[in-house]
Amino acid sequence: MKPASFEYVAPTTLDQALERLAEHGFEAKVIAGGQSLIPMMNFRLAQPSVLIDLNKIAELSYIRLKDDELRIGAMTRHVQVERDALIARHAPLIHEAMTKIATPQIRNRGTFGGSIAHADPAAELTAVTVALDARFRLQSAGGERWVPADEFFFGMFATALGPDEMLVEAAIPVAPERTGYALEEEARRAHDFAMAGAAAVTALDEGGKCSAARLVYFSIGDVPTDAGDAVAVLIGKEPTPDLIQSVVDTAADRLEPSDDIHATAEFRLHLARVLGRRALQRAFERAAVEAN
Amino acid sequence: MARLIGKPLKRNEDPRLLTGQALFVDDVELPGMLHAAFLRSDYAHARLKGIDVSAALEREGVVAVYTAEDMGDDWAPGPPLVIPPPTIEEVTFNTRTQVPLVKEKVRHAGEPLAVVIAESRYIAEDALDDIVVDLEPLPAVVDIERALDADAALVHDDLESNLAAHLVQTKGGYQSAREQADLIIKRRIVMDRGIAGAMENRGIVAYWDNKQQYLTVWDTTQSPIPIRNGLAGMFGLSEHQVRVIAPFVGGGFGPKIMMFYPEEVVLTWATLKLALPIKWIEDRRENFYATTQERGQVHEVEMALTEDGRILGLKDDFIHDSGAYDPYGLTIPLNTQCHVLGPYDIPNFSSELHVVFTNKTLTTPVRGAGRPHGVFVVERLLDIAARELGIDPSEIRRRNYLPNDVFPYDNVIIDQAFANFIIDSGDYLPAMEKALDMIGYKDFIENEQPRLRAEGRRVGIGVVSFIETTGVGPYEGARVTIESSGDVSVATGVGTQGQGHFTSFAQVVAEHLGVKVSDVHMVTGDTAQFHWGTGTFASRGAVVAANAMNAASSIVRKKILELASELLDAPEDELEIEDGEVRVADVPRMSISLGELAQKANPLRGAVEPGTEPGLEATAYFGPNYGATAFGTHAMIVEVDPETMNVEIRRYVVVEDCGTVLNPLILDGQVHGGVAHGIGNAFYEQLFFDDNGQLLNASFADYLIPTSAEVPTIEVGHTVTPSPLNPLGSKGAGEAGAIPVPALMAQAIENAIGEAGFEILESPMSPLKLFNLYYGDKEQ
Amino acid sequence: MSELIEVTVNVNSEEYRRSVEPRMLLSDFIRHELSLSGTHVGCEQGVCGACTIQLDGAAVRSCLMFAVQADGHQIRTVEDLGTMDELHTLQEAFWEAHGLQCGFCTPGFLMSILPVLEENPEVSEETIQRAMEGNLCRCTGYQHIRDAVKQAAEKMVAGGEA
Repeated sequence: MKPASFEYVAPTTLDQALERLAEHGFEAKVIAGGQSLIPMMNFRLAQPSVLIDLNKIAELSYIRLKDDELRIGAMTRHVQVERDALIARHAPLIHEAMTKIATPQIRNRGTFGGSIAHADPAAELTAVTVALDARFRLQSAGGERWVPADEFFFGMFATALGPDEMLVEAAIPVAPERTGYALEEEARRAHDFAMAGAAAVTALDEGGKCSAARLVYFSIGDVPTDAGDAVAVLIGKEPTPDLIQSVVDTAADRLEPSDDIHATAEFRLHLARVLGRRALQRAFERAAVEAN
Repeated sequence: MARLIGKPLKRNEDPRLLTGQALFVDDVELPGMLHAAFLRSDYAHARLKGIDVSAALEREGVVAVYTAEDMGDDWAPGPPLVIPPPTIEEVTFNTRTQVPLVKEKVRHAGEPLAVVIAESRYIAEDALDDIVVDLEPLPAVVDIERALDADAALVHDDLESNLAAHLVQTKGGYQSAREQADLIIKRRIVMDRGIAGAMENRGIVAYWDNKQQYLTVWDTTQSPIPIRNGLAGMFGLSEHQVRVIAPFVGGGFGPKIMMFYPEEVVLTWATLKLALPIKWIEDRRENFYATTQERGQVHEVEMALTEDGRILGLKDDFIHDSGAYDPYGLTIPLNTQCHVLGPYDIPNFSSELHVVFTNKTLTTPVRGAGRPHGVFVVERLLDIAARELGIDPSEIRRRNYLPNDVFPYDNVIIDQAFANFIIDSGDYLPAMEKALDMIGYKDFIENEQPRLRAEGRRVGIGVVSFIETTGVGPYEGARVTIESSGDVSVATGVGTQGQGHFTSFAQVVAEHLGVKVSDVHMVTGDTAQFHWGTGTFASRGAVVAANAMNAASSIVRKKILELASELLDAPEDELEIEDGEVRVADVPRMSISLGELAQKANPLRGAVEPGTEPGLEATAYFGPNYGATAFGTHAMIVEVDPETMNVEIRRYVVVEDCGTVLNPLILDGQVHGGVAHGIGNAFYEQLFFDDNGQLLNASFADYLIPTSAEVPTIEVGHTVTPSPLNPLGSKGAGEAGAIPVPALMAQAIENAIGEAGFEILESPMSPLKLFNLYYGDKEQ
Repeated sequence: MSELIEVTVNVNSEEYRRSVEPRMLLSDFIRHELSLSGTHVGCEQGVCGACTIQLDGAAVRSCLMFAVQADGHQIRTVEDLGTMDELHTLQEAFWEAHGLQCGFCTPGFLMSILPVLEENPEVSEETIQRAMEGNLCRCTGYQHIRDAVKQAAEKMVAGGEA
């Protein structure tokens, strides 16, 4: 299990990196933490002829607050995100998700942007960023554009990124008051990719009625799946267990999960119901605590 | 005596391992060393029509590429490792052993087609892509229950069917027992395949030194001496021209026994041709295809009982998956047949076995080696019977245990050693009662479970018993030498893969010789150091090799006392050996050190008297008449989340009886590791093959070895029933932990779910399977 | 074969300069180029943890990095802990508690756990559990490893090591 040969470039600035990417396009592969890419290269499932290493680009590693948004540089390592006080305060859902991602050693090397750009359907951050209405800044030598998370993921390992583009930053709106959140997942072993998972973000108004609700599944289909209107019925209502149950039942009816060796579509659908319900319940409980 | 034997001493081998200074095969670096990579078939079953290696040969850095054709007359299937049992009538056994490189037909995915030898492993792997292979895929034999169908493809074209072996074993008369029964339980029980999953993959460095005419092979084998003998025989060398070294080996668990794997044969052949050292280190993907596996069996079983839960008879007809070849004979299914009988008094037994060839990696013993299957079958049937009869699971076992006064107990059928399956000793009830006590069985059933159930929680308890045949022959040996420094050097033929041999064996030696355990220097697994032996398998080290240690060191002790008696002018019975010297008891001034004695025993002048030997050294062997049978009871408490079917183990209790304990710290470690492996087998680890025989989860990301998060604290207790078959009274324990876990976990999960009709008849379980069982029933 | 690239790495406080192919895995570099074979390789896909080393103080998989990526960085391997005669507190605890059997996974465990204890030896059971989550062991069932880590942590707290 040794990788095939490649040409290696390690630019020290983003501009250099984008230039090299423009030059090589499809031939090249950008390596961030490499914790998903290198296994694929070791199995020779990926054999890029040029590897553009972003690890020497210091300007891509940061977490800061700007205009009610958290800005996370693409090369910020999972462990930095996991331990960051701004994240814990303003995006607790991300904080909660971090410890569920892989193992400590992988989190020490893996990056926030890399995980998103890799777009593994089982990755927590895909659903979490959609649930939080995050936006991603994609940059190429020719310019930049912002893409909302829910338009970024096209399919399994497929995204809105063009061959000459790199995801350089994520922007996450700061959680408003009286917001609750929860991430629920069911994995075989502690650190495995989930068989199914759900991220919920909810808010309560002063009267204890639901004022906002998001529920996004991961590891159910090829892309993070937003329960969308199914949860919209919660708005303006008290989130009772029965109501939540009916919401997740409706949401589940629209899911089209697939089979793999650990979970059949039927089991996934069942888990989606259970985890969706638990995520919403826990998110509302937290919103209620926040409200007090 | 017995000051050192039985002590929880820390291990002699550890400082080397802890500092990264221990030699593993991949650490061997030799000048000019080349690296091998194997081209393996993607198909499970295919005819080889052609293979073109010319482009690979042109790649820079490639030294050689070989196919089966290149091997000429040296190409031959491997030797059968275990002969089929001669003692049963009408046994069918078709020997078909693995080939070094595929010549005509691929029989399992991953079977090697060619080998590239290059300057680096990277280049060798590049060159694999250059080889053009013409394979014509054939329908694959995957499902073992359909392997004998008339229209099944043939794994071996020269056989009439995929039948590898057939035999029937009986005891008493099952049919008449059945007629007298109040209750008959009939079920189909399945156990699926897993891997051994040693952390170190296999590896070989082979070097033929042409000038010295000497072959050295570093090999991750559990059995270096048989490998040495076999390789010498295959390539026409004297055994004295071949040295096989099994250095530190990163876990064995069975598949590293003397397999004569294709890679062992091909690397040896290639170095003989090239006269350069060649290294091959199996990678993890290869390990999933090329290293042997175990556990695939399907049982159709029946148990006949009286209304008070006594077993009248048991009938177990089963199919065992041999994979593509069967070099290891019937060891696994014979173990299964024996362990179905368990610690129970089962007067009437009948078992018909079909072993089938399939287009899958071959099966050979993996920690447990057929025993977990037998235990799963009998324990499941007892659980079902207990439920039907309204008897507590612990009580039905109690009622069926063999009583204490029957040992040695002849079970009449033959075991893996092809001798009658005799249980040497046993005392089952105390082990179970201790386990029940440790886990608080009564309190859990009467108080805790009802209380938690009232809160809506699904908690359950399980308790199962098992036996483990261990310590089989034929023999092992040891040479014990007092060196002139006073330290003791010891050599034995078995290899070591983490069992602590450097310490537990040293304890036995030090016990006799009055030295510190840390002054006993052990060499294991180097054929240049010890010439005779078989290997580390079947939980036999602590029985067979340790008793050889015991025998050799008692002879050395005798020699020490004889010589010291002469030199100190004191009768032998007044001498004691302590702290590395021989003293006249009560006269501390009259003493002589072992080092000095060793020098006196090897004089530079004068003659060795007739009938005596120089030095304080002895070589001795031990071969038991038959295996010693360990036993025990495991108990566990689980909680099941009925929505996600996630299972959490809340308590795990083991009571193990393996006779005399050499080192309780090491023993507990063996038990913990076995249980963890068993938890994997019971709930996490399963190999998934598709209809074409493709393995769908050939990686550690998809094949789920338990991590520390999945393995709970294991509380270990002991009872001690020494084996009468060897002077130490020891029994093996290396596999014990793994054996009863699937049966136990099934019982505990059923107890937690607590609903009629929820019955686990398959191992491994998984959340998916539990979901299908639970919700499948609900929908009907 | 692509061009060789010069790499300068500080390993266990010693500077090494080598020219390597970009594709050479850091694990192979450490083991075979630098002859520091205490770091082991078990899966080459980042799951088993046997190859764990410290990169600038953080535990990472050396099979999931290329040697060229370590250029200019500090690496610490098991060889940097104690010697056979004078073991590191953590190694000593593994010895005392029988925290290893075949020993193949052990260097990976040591290198994964040590940064956690060095950051703060007053660890909870949960912290220990989490520190071990990324390392597979097939021999020990993990229990004696957990015991060893607890022992080491206690000694490090008592000894003021951090």
